[in-house]
Amino acid sequence: MNYSKCRVCKEPAIIDLPRHNANFCAEHFVQLCRRQVEKAIKDHRMLDPKDRILVAVSGGKDSLAVWDLLIELGYQADGLYIGLGIGDYSPTSAGYAQRFADQRGLKLITVDLREDFGYDIPTASRATGRVPCSACGLSKRHLFDSVAMENGYEVVVTGHNLDDEAAVLFGNTLRWDVDYLARQLPVLPATPGFPKKVKPLVRLTERETAAWCVVRGIDYLLDECPMALGNRHLAHKNTLNEVERQSPGAKALFYLNFVEKMAPLLAPHGQEMVDGLGTCDSCGRPTTGTTCAFCRVVATSSAHDPVPVELVLSKKARAAYLSDRQET
Amino acid sequence: MIIKLRNPTREVTVVGPRAAGRILEDLGLAREAHLVIRNGTLVPGDAVLDDADTIEIRPVISGG
Repeated sequence: MNYSKCRVCKEPAIIDLPRHNANFCAEHFVQLCRRQVEKAIKDHRMLDPKDRILVAVSGGKDSLAVWDLLIELGYQADGLYIGLGIGDYSPTSAGYAQRFADQRGLKLITVDLREDFGYDIPTASRATGRVPCSACGLSKRHLFDSVAMENGYEVVVTGHNLDDEAAVLFGNTLRWDVDYLARQLPVLPATPGFPKKVKPLVRLTERETAAWCVVRGIDYLLDECPMALGNRHLAHKNTLNEVERQSPGAKALFYLNFVEKMAPLLAPHGQEMVDGLGTCDSCGRPTTGTTCAFCRVVATSSAHDPVPVELVLSKKARAAYLSDRQET
Repeated sequence: MIIKLRNPTREVTVVGPRAAGRILEDLGLAREAHLVIRNGTLVPGDAVLDDADTIEIRPVISGG
């Protein structure tokens, strides 16, 4: 038996959202999410109905939710999946992305690091000495940009949600890293060699994007990336969720007020990072050096023997990864 | 009732009837970081869960 009623229609609720001080039934929860995404798109001038949009798709809840929402709102959006070569995790995630696309008749472009560039993330981490999430982020950002530019997409959409943005903001603020803070915006405009990048889910928490998927019947990858277990980003999210528990709405105020009130003051710092770019002597993409960071990772990692994911996990992460493999 | 948890995958048994929010508290799980799904349908924190229900507590926090 449920006691909560939907704020809109008074029918039984399926979800409580303390930050809105309200409960919602399935129909009005979906309506709320749609309106939040429409507001983000409108307020930040993210998308035009004529744009060719490329959605970065991982097979997880956020990327499939944002793709689903954009299609529902009438945008034309194709997907881009990047195979990262992370043990069983990557082929499993690819399956979720491909099934989502196939069931809806959507186009999914696939790039595979091992097949197309001769390395994978565990190997890159070992070969370059970067932490796995750094090697992964660098590879994905480069490929989002290059695939979009080569295929004529004006906009790259990512599934970053309110929790993602608040956690990154929290980390950048702890270090007062003004250059990164200046670029932590829901929209990065197109610049020579780069597509526009937008984050339509910045007004939705990840509990809400997961609930969107459940209500909409979207089958997404539930497993966490084994290489992300215990990373600082997760620690920041847990910290902010404790603040949220005591002050519902705090995460939204922290991030959205930053965007409205603080980011404009930091804008000159962001411009400094864009200025002064040259051209990579290997791939021709914009870079601050002679060879871009991605091409340096490719050169170092593709020359290294493949490293299984188990060998680059922390002791705790390896135990969890192997335990879950035995369960399945 | 048997409750399915994830990351890592495991099951725990809880005696019903018990409110979904109370179960999250008992298990030390943050409400903001989890969804409670009864027989395939989302439920709010004050939904009372019974022994006959199939319950999944799904984490929603991702680190990527």
